[in-house]
Amino acid sequence: MTKEAIPIVNYRPELTERFAAFRPHLVNFGWSIISIGLFAGIWEVCWALGLTDPRLLPPPHIFLGNILEQGKYFNTAQTWQIGIADGGAASPAMSVLYTILSSTGRVLAGLALATIVALVLGVAARYFALVERLALPTITLLAPVSPVAWLPIAIFLFGIGNRPAIFMVFIALVFTMTIATIAQIDGVNRNYINVARTMGATKRQIYTRIVIPAILPGLLVVLRMNLFGAWMVVLVAEATGVGFGLGQVVMLARNTFNPSLVFFTITIIGLLGFGFDILFRIVQRRVLYWVPQDAGRLRDL
Amino acid sequence: MFSIGFLKMRGVCVTSDPTVTCQDVRKVWAEGTKRAHFALGPLSLNIYPGEFVILLGPSGCGKSTLLYLIAGLEQASAGTIKFFGKQVTGPSPERSLIFQETSLLPWLSVGQNVSFGLSIRGVPAEERQAASVKALQRVGLAEAINKRPDELSGGMRQRVAVARALTMRPKVLLMDEPFAALDVQTRAKMQDFLADVWRDSQASVLFVTHSIDEAIALADRVVVFTSRPGRIKEVVPIDLPRPRDPFSPAAERLRRDLTNMLHDEVDRAFAEQEALV
Repeated sequence: MTKEAIPIVNYRPELTERFAAFRPHLVNFGWSIISIGLFAGIWEVCWALGLTDPRLLPPPHIFLGNILEQGKYFNTAQTWQIGIADGGAASPAMSVLYTILSSTGRVLAGLALATIVALVLGVAARYFALVERLALPTITLLAPVSPVAWLPIAIFLFGIGNRPAIFMVFIALVFTMTIATIAQIDGVNRNYINVARTMGATKRQIYTRIVIPAILPGLLVVLRMNLFGAWMVVLVAEATGVGFGLGQVVMLARNTFNPSLVFFTITIIGLLGFGFDILFRIVQRRVLYWVPQDAGRLRDL
Repeated sequence: MFSIGFLKMRGVCVTSDPTVTCQDVRKVWAEGTKRAHFALGPLSLNIYPGEFVILLGPSGCGKSTLLYLIAGLEQASAGTIKFFGKQVTGPSPERSLIFQETSLLPWLSVGQNVSFGLSIRGVPAEERQAASVKALQRVGLAEAINKRPDELSGGMRQRVAVARALTMRPKVLLMDEPFAALDVQTRAKMQDFLADVWRDSQASVLFVTHSIDEAIALADRVVVFTSRPGRIKEVVPIDLPRPRDPFSPAAERLRRDLTNMLHDEVDRAFAEQEALV
């Protein structure tokens, strides 16, 4: 057989490769579906066997079955005359979307503010000894205060609307995030810093060229953890009359004894948190390309 | 004290001033506290231009501490360290330190790592690129310039670290057990590589190890340390031609002598550690 006789099959390797790269994500997504399906399934079985009262704990097919009907409760904007003018004019779907967007916006705004302030404060505390001495004791003192305790302050300062809710998210996260930032800075590999020092780097260069890039991966994990915290706080803020949003809907459900509406809202919050977590992980892979992608390594044991 | 014949061979003037002078240097860690302990000294040692000096001793005897003091990363508790006659007060690019574990910055490419010191100085990008290429060629890793450090093997990473140190044109290379984490075969290769790099550069090398074979393969002088607090037990000149045959009778004799010297110190270190428990 000569060389020429070997047939060349064009199997479009670039497509195959692209699929191969995509496959693990697909598998992960499949497992997510199975995980949630299992949880919902157990619930449904309990309902089918009559173990749970559908009026108190309605199974997923009930509270997801009447989405459109639930949507009308989301139009709580009219209460505060914010956003959608003349309540009732918006369709239920639009109200749901609007409510979701307002809550998400508050979460992101609060989280962004808290991150920036925590990063600046944390770096400044390690950079200038005076900042640490003046600020750190107060920060440590305020860090354990429950967000609920800040609620009256938020209302005194900002009344109702977006600002008190954003303030709540910010104040609930900023202190622990500052402490986490300082811990990240202290954890930077000494060798990296010593390398820069032997090369004649100034203190400022050590911070900008070594410390900041070295703490970014850890900070993103802190951010991911605090994203969940932010969602918890924004619900408290909205539920207690600071504004409208998903928290307000949960409160409405409680007052009108509507468990379906509660679970429907919980589902939305869960999906949003899940989606944002995926988003963060994509950012992590793209921006922090140097961090080894070895999550789940212990599984091989 | 050092091998006159060898220094002549390398064209170094015997009467030249030392690169590094250590005079009665001592180091106490956690000084003034209950946990204070003597790590080093008093110790006096001169390193001459172009010389390859190995610090050999049991673990925890303060060899690395001496390196950090000379690098200027730590301050001596007593005594003076001079670099070309000037007191060492802080780190300097002329005294490059190479660490045991990887110290390459993971967010930079290999090339960016090599020219990191130049970018700190504000050298323009084209010049940095050229310097990276040149330094990487010297360590035989020119193709790796755009790779990330975690794509390289342990030995390659240490070669990049050497390249990074060389771009700063150091007068003395301080190496803190740089090959300790490598397997035996890679280690032998790296010793050959280092011997070549050292020959081509004008730098002195001060190299910490607890491997006797490494000392015999590389050193002009072996400084044997006592157990803690580290002092100089003995200075052994090695006047064998390079590249060295590790199994020549002279090398075997050296190996036996050095092993005996170390043996006593390791025994003492163990006894001391047991007394602490």
